[in-house]
Amino acid sequence: MEKFTTHTGRAVPLRRSNVDTDQIIPAHWLKKVTRSGFEDGLFEAWRKDESFVLNQPERKGATVLVAGPEFGTGSSREHAVWALQNYGFQAVISSRFADIFRGNSLKNGLLTVVLPQETVERLWALTEADPTAEITVDLEAREVRAEGVTAPFELDDNVRWRLLNGLDDISITLQNEGDIAAFEAKRPSYKPRTQPVA
Amino acid sequence: MGRTLAEKVWDDHVVRRAEGEPDLLYIDLHLLHEVTSPQAFDGLRLAGRPVRRTDLTIATEDHNTPTLDIDKPIADPVSRVQLETLRKNAEEFGVRIHSLGDVEQGVVHVVGPQLGLTQPGMTVVCGDSHTSTHGAFGALAFGIGTSQVEHVLATQTLPLAPFKTMAITVEGELPEGVTAKDLILAVIAKIGTGGGQGYVLEYRGSAIRSLSMEARMTICNMSIEAGARAGMIAPDRTTFDYLQGRPHAPQGEDWDAAVAYWETLATDEDAVFDAEVFIDAAELTPFVTWGTNPGQGAPLGANVPDPADFADPQERIAAENALKYMGLEAGTPLREVKVDAVFVGSCTNGRIEDLRAAAAILDGRRIAEGVRMLVVPGSVRVALQAVEEGLDKVFTAAGAEWRHAGCSMCLGMNPDQLAPGERCASTSNRNFEGRQGKGGRTHLVSPQVAAATALVGRLAAPADLTDNVAVEV
Ligand code: SF4
Repeated sequence: MEKFTTHTGRAVPLRRSNVDTDQIIPAHWLKKVTRSGFEDGLFEAWRKDESFVLNQPERKGATVLVAGPEFGTGSSREHAVWALQNYGFQAVISSRFADIFRGNSLKNGLLTVVLPQETVERLWALTEADPTAEITVDLEAREVRAEGVTAPFELDDNVRWRLLNGLDDISITLQNEGDIAAFEAKRPSYKPRTQPVA
Repeated sequence: MGRTLAEKVWDDHVVRRAEGEPDLLYIDLHLLHEVTSPQAFDGLRLAGRPVRRTDLTIATEDHNTPTLDIDKPIADPVSRVQLETLRKNAEEFGVRIHSLGDVEQGVVHVVGPQLGLTQPGMTVVCGDSHTSTHGAFGALAFGIGTSQVEHVLATQTLPLAPFKTMAITVEGELPEGVTAKDLILAVIAKIGTGGGQGYVLEYRGSAIRSLSMEARMTICNMSIEAGARAGMIAPDRTTFDYLQGRPHAPQGEDWDAAVAYWETLATDEDAVFDAEVFIDAAELTPFVTWGTNPGQGAPLGANVPDPADFADPQERIAAENALKYMGLEAGTPLREVKVDAVFVGSCTNGRIEDLRAAAAILDGRRIAEGVRMLVVPGSVRVALQAVEEGLDKVFTAAGAEWRHAGCSMCLGMNPDQLAPGERCASTSNRNFEGRQGKGGRTHLVSPQVAAATALVGRLAAPADLTDNVAVEV
């Protein structure tokens, strides 16, 4: 997982509430055998409409999604997070996230930031009026900044520590590599191996 | 205070224990198949991580593999992609794989034990709930999700929450014609499909000790159907004899050291289980399921139950729905229920003893008109052994179809499926709606009951058979 300290980028204002994971990534994409390559499935149905915000040329390369309340409800599919990341999003801002989606996103290093709905409205207004406007999501300071907006946000200390250090569950376990190696050194020789070690 | 078998195996695998954190457990053996591994490998690739211990990892192809025309390209594109992906991943990461056509290919839970890779006192995981099968050797074996598969591939460990222990003690002798399958179906009917939740079950008592390794695997296999984390049986002489001489069993001094350790694993006399269940073996009879979960079962001699007789309102509703789906009338004797198909196979009952038991009943007889019977060995080795003993000829002479090894109609991910409304007596482990094909109806049975049912055309036990014709009911 990449470290997340602070990120600055252009935004996609998504003025919709209750965006469920089926809309984020439709079920027929779940047959894929990878965690990558989901970018074309992101909001697939809506992208058929040319006027959909993601299709506007000035939104190309945007990395911060500013979404409506109840983002990520529905099925628990982790693919929804992968799709957002594959597309290039680094952070999603909303006034409320579905629990499972939020858990999945933080596990995968996609920073989901909860801000009051008034702040979300101001970010919408700002980025709709000026597509080149940038938003900074500063995890170290736990603060979102944009022109005329400085908004603190909360995040669990342990989750924040993991994100700042780029630690997924596996990285955390690998921090105890010494313990694992010590255990392996003591394993009895009669334990089976599936193949001879090189 | 003494410790149980499960606690001993757990304690021997703790890599790290810290206040307020789950124990980090070392994993001795990681089994892979095509369905639950692709995203795990992809995660490794994205993070640039290798497989930590390829020498403790092994893959087979089973869920999607066809059981006919295995030399032709696989018709279903999704199945083909999953299998090809596993092959590519195994090659890229250096994992040993047994693909379709290989002599060691087969259902992952049949292959591990027959290679001698599953041994007492080990921790065994696989992205598959029926990993509990391996507990028959006194291993702590359980199914995991895809993100845990990735975790084990990368670290050979898993952080795990503690479990509770439940003793299931079966004393006495199983009556003639009553098998391990009947026993486990009766256990599940007794404790319910959620009865084992949070527990590791330990099967013990004289009836368990007298079972063969294959029968013990059948029992541990279905622990998951009682909701348990795992099922275990203490290793004994039967276990050691099964293992000795297998390709991956220890040899020479290693063998002696291993046996000395294995003998220490049995639950201590003064150990305390969190829960206990007692069963009198003498009271058991052939058991079949009538509903749509493995807990909805009854003795073959009973009638389809009346939902109104269930005191618990949830169970009553579940029974009503099940009868509707199964197309059964309350009060009908189970022996009068007609079947369209019979399936012998799966990681529950697809081993050589199961095929022998079914063949012994079919020998010299013909299956009933209109019944289709599929016999699918659990692995290529099982198939070869069966052919050597002439069992394949017995099956085909009786009118059954002899197929190639795989999961097959246990879950119908390959072309082996029931048609809507078709009824099947199946030696597999799940009778969920649509498990064997959309709209298909499943009755879980032992291989013996499966064979007798195929001959009679209705649910039947071997004792119901007259010399060479089906009996009248
Ligand atoms: S035989 Fe059935 S239960 Fe066993 S691994 Fe295959 S699909 Fe799962």
